[in-house]
Amino acid sequence: MKLKKILPQLLTLLFIILVFGFFTMNAQENMETRGLEFGFGFLNTQASFDIQFSLIDYDGSHTYARAYLVGLLNTLLVAFIGIILATLLGALVGVARLSPNYLIRKTASFYIEFFRNIPLLLQIFFWYFAALRALPMPEDAPMILNSSFMTIKGLYSPAPIWTNFDVFFITIIIAMIIIFFFARYAKKKQEQVGKRLPVLLISLAIFISLPLLTFLIGGVDLSWSFPVIRQMSASSYTFDGGFKIPPELIALTLALTLYTATFIAENVRAGIQGIGKGQKEAAASIGLTTSQVLKLVIMPQALRIIIPPTTNQYLNLTKNSSLAAAIAYPDLVLVFAGTAMMQTGRAIEIVGITMATYLTISLGISLLMNWYNKRIAIQEK
Amino acid sequence: MTKINLLKPDNNNLPLFLGLGVVFFVFGIFDFYLSNFLSLNITSFLPRVINFFTPLIFAVIGLHFIRIEFSGIKILDNINKNINTSNFNAILSVSIILLIIFGLPPLLNWLILDANFAGDTKEACTGGGACWVYIKVWFNRFMYGMYPNAEQWRVNITFIAVLVFMAAGFFVPTRLKNYLSLYYTILLPIISFALIYYIISGGSFGLVWVETGAWGGLSLTFMVSFFSLIFCFPLGMMLALGRRSNLPIVKYSSLSFIEFWRGVPLITVLFMSAVMFPMFLPEGTYIDKLIRVVVAITLFEAAYTAEVIRGGLQALPRGQYDAAKSLGMGYWRMHVFVILPQALKLVIPGIANTFLALIKDTPLIFVVGLLELVGMLNLAKTNPKWLGFSMEGYVFAGIIFWIICYSMSKYSQNLELKYKTDR
Repeated sequence: MKLKKILPQLLTLLFIILVFGFFTMNAQENMETRGLEFGFGFLNTQASFDIQFSLIDYDGSHTYARAYLVGLLNTLLVAFIGIILATLLGALVGVARLSPNYLIRKTASFYIEFFRNIPLLLQIFFWYFAALRALPMPEDAPMILNSSFMTIKGLYSPAPIWTNFDVFFITIIIAMIIIFFFARYAKKKQEQVGKRLPVLLISLAIFISLPLLTFLIGGVDLSWSFPVIRQMSASSYTFDGGFKIPPELIALTLALTLYTATFIAENVRAGIQGIGKGQKEAAASIGLTTSQVLKLVIMPQALRIIIPPTTNQYLNLTKNSSLAAAIAYPDLVLVFAGTAMMQTGRAIEIVGITMATYLTISLGISLLMNWYNKRIAIQEK
Repeated sequence: MTKINLLKPDNNNLPLFLGLGVVFFVFGIFDFYLSNFLSLNITSFLPRVINFFTPLIFAVIGLHFIRIEFSGIKILDNINKNINTSNFNAILSVSIILLIIFGLPPLLNWLILDANFAGDTKEACTGGGACWVYIKVWFNRFMYGMYPNAEQWRVNITFIAVLVFMAAGFFVPTRLKNYLSLYYTILLPIISFALIYYIISGGSFGLVWVETGAWGGLSLTFMVSFFSLIFCFPLGMMLALGRRSNLPIVKYSSLSFIEFWRGVPLITVLFMSAVMFPMFLPEGTYIDKLIRVVVAITLFEAAYTAEVIRGGLQALPRGQYDAAKSLGMGYWRMHVFVILPQALKLVIPGIANTFLALIKDTPLIFVVGLLELVGMLNLAKTNPKWLGFSMEGYVFAGIIFWIICYSMSKYSQNLELKYKTDR
């Protein structure tokens, strides 16, 4: 009986040790013959390559570690924008799938079936090489909303110029804290007295009025820098000032959003459908209004079904953002596993770091979500 | 004649409201048509903001008039029930109708009516629509990659042969049915590999050797997904069982294997197989790029398959395990005869989704320099003779992938219904 338990485990262990041992031995030998030494010292050497789009200060004189950070931030930026947009679109389409309106329902399911059955890479290529390339050159671009330009070289929009931004930012945080405590107070009050305060309205008022006050008192000021067209040479134009969003980022975000939203929409639909009709009727019969039924009865239960698979989709979106490498958006894979590796030739370290980074993000989010799931799970006896 | 209240259409004045509604609705659509396709704006005297929305406003008013309950006219009742339950719904419906009117004709023009089909040079494309000549000329490349034209029959024959061997499972006599899973998991991969090795790759039996670098196009997509698919299923099953095992070493090694592959993007896995993996092999060993890619994708998808199968295993009631054990079955007999047949039935949709994801992931192999359909498109796009047709290429590939994925997902839904057993 003991043997039956120990033998398979021993075999597994032996297998793992053999495989790892074989690989490490070979790797050591290969590194020696190529004159490489395993180590991360190269991270502190000068990178001497440029990156097209960066959220932090970067040029060729910075180190590889800095280049890594630039790539990581770019990846997180795409993932962040993509997650927000895909959630909004997905929730909308998911609800539309259940609409009583035939046209809306069919449009939503057409959208879902269309976009989820085409490879994401193909969609990215489509947006980048086919759709966005059809946009006008900077000199022909029409003005959108009197301020922005959508051109083949990207989207140019006005950039805000702040004075005393920190004061404004701190005020927003203070407003949030006040709202948090106010909501708690309102809930307590409701439990004591039984009357609801208009929480949403007051919160909104606080959130808008407090930061606005800083313009009057705190010395905060906001002006806009508009993109202005400038001729570089006989046939080449560019924009000065303003804020530029590169076409790579637009194509990538569009494709990721449209693709992931289809999956989120299906999750949302399944979640809402998973709530029994009785719940809705019971809630209505104790006199809750339609919005209250949705907010207090349906959504809390539906979210329990929706959130776990949706988290998976968020993770997929983050991992899929690595397809950026295909259209040369400087994300982690392109900058680090691409350019940096070509230059240093340190395949093991660099691919290792890249994988470890994604692994950390994934495991981190799934741990967070497991904790959240446990918190909102129904306490069954 | 009863009192007429324009805000509340009622049954008594049915013909009046019906007439009014239809007139308004048709006028809205007409206005939209004129301003969009004949650039004739008949409401230009109105302010710009209102002018833009006139079609919508008129059509919604029209729908408002015909919103009469229990009118007795079947079509009207159906319209009201399905697209016209409230003003808000009417606005949405009209917006969608207008969007279709706006988008469909140009799309059809581009795809079919104005498109060029005849000819075989770039100059043949004169119309404003799509240039399908481009697809026609490059068709062989898109299907077979750089595989020599004269040898392409070999790819076709191999594919037909593999299909025949796959279909053979459906026609075996009943007494052999028990060995079917063995056939599909062990014998079929060996046969297909041998076929591909000897016929497509060549080098023996008088066939010219074609290196894997020249393989490509849609046939490569199929090859990669086919092999990854048949290998990742048994591996995923083992991992799923390992993960639910109560032997700690087995359990935690399966767990970390699964979590590792699920946590990294496929593109880095392919990078690893391309640049990092050769470092881990003894000096001088060379494994073909295609095999490395298939192994990488298999390991990657096996982790996902394992999670799906684990879901099925967890969904089975404990009673099934207890019942099997009480009959004196051991671990393997219990799983093979009782647990897995039921669990696999439960996870058909999940498995199908994983396979779909696998097919949609194959274009990524461009990272290691293998060019399947999407890769070939990008290559053809840069050909100086055929510049400027990227849109046609992507649309073509999109349609092909869409057909494959959509039919697979529909098939899996059918399977799900077929194998559904009530508990």
